[in-house]
Amino acid sequence: MHQLMYQLTRQLTHKLMHKRRWLFMLQLAFTLLICAFLIVPVILSMLAGLTVNYLVGIESGLTLRWVVEVWDGYRETIFASIGLSLACLAITLVLGVPAAYALARRQNRFTRAIEELLVMPVAVPGLATALALIVTYGTAGGFRTSWSFILVGHVLFTLPFMVRAVLAVLMAIDLKTLEEGAASLGASFGQRFRDIVLPNCRSGILAGSLMVVTLSMGEFNMTWLLHTPFTKTLPVGLADAYASLRLEVGSAYTLIFFVMIMPLLLALQFFATPRSKKFSVKDVS
Amino acid sequence: MQSENRRLLVLMLPAGVFFAAFFLLPMGRLFFIGGSGTLGWAAYAAIVTDRLYFGSLLSTLAVATATTLVTLVISGIAGVFLQRHRFPGNAVLVAMLTLPLAFPGVVIGFMVIMLAGRQGLIGTVTEAISGERLVFAYSMAGLFMGYVYFSIPRTILTVMAATEKLDPKLEEAARSLGASPWQVVRDVILPGLKPAFISSGAICFATAVGAFGTAFTLATRINVLPMVIYTEFTLSANIAMAAALSFVLGAITWVVLALARSAAGSTVAAAG
Amino acid sequence: MSAAGRPFSIQLKGCSKTFPDGTRALETLELDIEAGETLVFLGPSGCGKTTTLRIIAGLESPDVGGQVFFDSENVTALPIERRNVGMVFQSYALFPNMSVAQNIGYGLRIKKHNAKAINARVSEMLEMMRIEALADRRVDQLSGGQRQRVALARALAVRPRALLLDEPLTALDAKLRDTLRLEIDTLLRSLAITTVYVTHDQAEAMALGDRIVVMDQGRVAHVGTPREIYQRPANRFVAEFIGTMNKVSGHASAGVFTCSAGTISWPQLPAGATELLFRPEDIRLAGADEPSTLSGRVAAAFFLGDRTRLFIEVGEAQPLVVESPARRSFELGEQLGLAIDVNGLLVL
Repeated sequence: MHQLMYQLTRQLTHKLMHKRRWLFMLQLAFTLLICAFLIVPVILSMLAGLTVNYLVGIESGLTLRWVVEVWDGYRETIFASIGLSLACLAITLVLGVPAAYALARRQNRFTRAIEELLVMPVAVPGLATALALIVTYGTAGGFRTSWSFILVGHVLFTLPFMVRAVLAVLMAIDLKTLEEGAASLGASFGQRFRDIVLPNCRSGILAGSLMVVTLSMGEFNMTWLLHTPFTKTLPVGLADAYASLRLEVGSAYTLIFFVMIMPLLLALQFFATPRSKKFSVKDVS
Repeated sequence: MQSENRRLLVLMLPAGVFFAAFFLLPMGRLFFIGGSGTLGWAAYAAIVTDRLYFGSLLSTLAVATATTLVTLVISGIAGVFLQRHRFPGNAVLVAMLTLPLAFPGVVIGFMVIMLAGRQGLIGTVTEAISGERLVFAYSMAGLFMGYVYFSIPRTILTVMAATEKLDPKLEEAARSLGASPWQVVRDVILPGLKPAFISSGAICFATAVGAFGTAFTLATRINVLPMVIYTEFTLSANIAMAAALSFVLGAITWVVLALARSAAGSTVAAAG
Repeated sequence: MSAAGRPFSIQLKGCSKTFPDGTRALETLELDIEAGETLVFLGPSGCGKTTTLRIIAGLESPDVGGQVFFDSENVTALPIERRNVGMVFQSYALFPNMSVAQNIGYGLRIKKHNAKAINARVSEMLEMMRIEALADRRVDQLSGGQRQRVALARALAVRPRALLLDEPLTALDAKLRDTLRLEIDTLLRSLAITTVYVTHDQAEAMALGDRIVVMDQGRVAHVGTPREIYQRPANRFVAEFIGTMNKVSGHASAGVFTCSAGTISWPQLPAGATELLFRPEDIRLAGADEPSTLSGRVAAAFFLGDRTRLFIEVGEAQPLVVESPARRSFELGEQLGLAIDVNGLLVL
């Protein structure tokens, strides 16, 4: 901590000696303000879930009682959400990885059209997609009331992210020549896919997987319309809690959600957005 | 080679079949259901002819536009700043700004209430300062704030990625010709970031137009199109109208994104 | 050493190639490659040399009617996986997810050899290419020359019966290219494997090829040994593509060719010839008491260390290129007499 403060002061002093210091300070202040705007409500919500009485405030003391209450009441919902995300992941892997491979091998009007199509469930509001599913399959009793109905919605929404993540990695390597190299050594398509294609898109699969699971856990717009009282996900449960229960309970539920989703988001940032270090040159000046 | 084409087609087939069965077909059906109600095909015109619907369309477009503009300004400033200056804690700030990426609208709405609701932080602060509690969570202002909240993480990553690709030599050239910092921003940086602004602005707009969870949580007096559709569907059981309106909503967002793609020239990243 | 399989001969009969977008990459080609010979395809980019190689490899199929034979077996319908050829790509195509040793052993793994046999063979190849120290390195840690050696080792590990190389040295810098060219030459000679080598570099072609196929715009311009190609080019394109060629124009009558630079008497002069071609090494500065055939003025002189390259203006479209080993310097505009060796004259 000491080290950090010392470093920070040194850097800032260095910046202050720079001609455009006021600009830097202004931007820094602005950025900090925005960060506060984004983070403070999160902290408030988390605190509210741990406070004995929100109206009184933090003076009323901290407690885990609301968290326990939520856990008791909504445990199945939480597990169901996790299970749904994992099922969604499995399906997007099976559908998406081969599709990404096919799109990487061919780059023509046809494949571009396919990419466009796949992105549509993301472009179109979840509400519309859900409504479309309901008017088409709403009468198919068993399907309509089962988890697979929601799963379908989630897969539609997350598939493009998996495809894009894997496609990005595959496009960065000379896939065609690598495959020809393996073929020249006698490898069949299956062997090439297993030994060359899959190992080389591992990072894309990882990034895509994190994205799919995170998005599925947080999906609400579609799920709210598709759900039944027996097929509720975490965000749906949250909406219920906000509407009908004490603020503290709703906050505790939100707290649990945060605790579950934060690791995923952090992992996503770590893997999916590698920022290069090249701008350090500018800062040395 | 022929066999390769066949193989690639087979690989695409599962995704294609899934997509056709669960998106294309339902969308087509939605379109027809939209025209099958009491108004018939005129239902599609109702979005401009009916006062309620038109009003909600305008409100939706207005809040989406406001959100986009404000978000782009915020992301532009913060994004360029964070990408350009490395200091201890930079990564932490980036992490904080991109964390809300996957928060559902429901949670956003909840946090808007935390900030601007009847017991909200802003209310407490304004009461301490001026004696009057400022409560705006349940109005369009609250919705606007919520929309900006979830739009910042999405746009800032695109802006930062684009800033990284800017050639610093162009700015150096401008400075060597005597440009002031503001002029460099106006004449070199902003034009350079234009494609990123267009693409992330389009996503921001489309997401705001179609957002449901936030409005749902804040409910009551908010009259945006997704809420109208929801009410038509659940309370009025006016399925045809709901279908028509949501089809139009989907068409609007898709057109906006398609236009932005052709303007920016490359595939648009929807989030993250 | 049994580093490679028993070599086969390769025949291409009636092979042409038109791509789906309409490009005619290769005009109908007939070619016989002997078992064990090194054949080099030489030509500028777009001439069809790589397309031909890929047809031999099985990565492209010839247009309907074209056939490829290995020995007497028709392999036209066989995909590359079953042709048992070793291929080295211009970008090497080393697998980034495997170490050097794993790359080299990949073909054997596919053929389901047991681990012990694979390790033995991999060690053998590492030794042959003198890269034992690189066995466990990742591919992205290797230099260009090292990658090239790994690519060769990998292709040869499976004991292919033919070796196909697609511009393997193009990606390397000049000095490295020279070193590796020598190594490849030694390797190919020791292996006695049928080799098809594609390049746009003449020096490589001349050094490595038993025979050279010069190609231009999808057509074969000349097939011959390096000596034949250089000294007796079949047509204009080959003459001008290979090395440097001097040209004088004028008219011929009764064994004497008259041009603006002077007259050349050549008993075998074909009647009606309007142009004579000859290499720089067939023309030299006339000695002090020698009659000079042609004369001209020095337009430029480049001292290259062991010789001076002179550009002599003789009233033709291009100055003549003459090389002189003489230890003297030359003045611009200096008048010089030149003597031609008529054995090197060509009429095309």
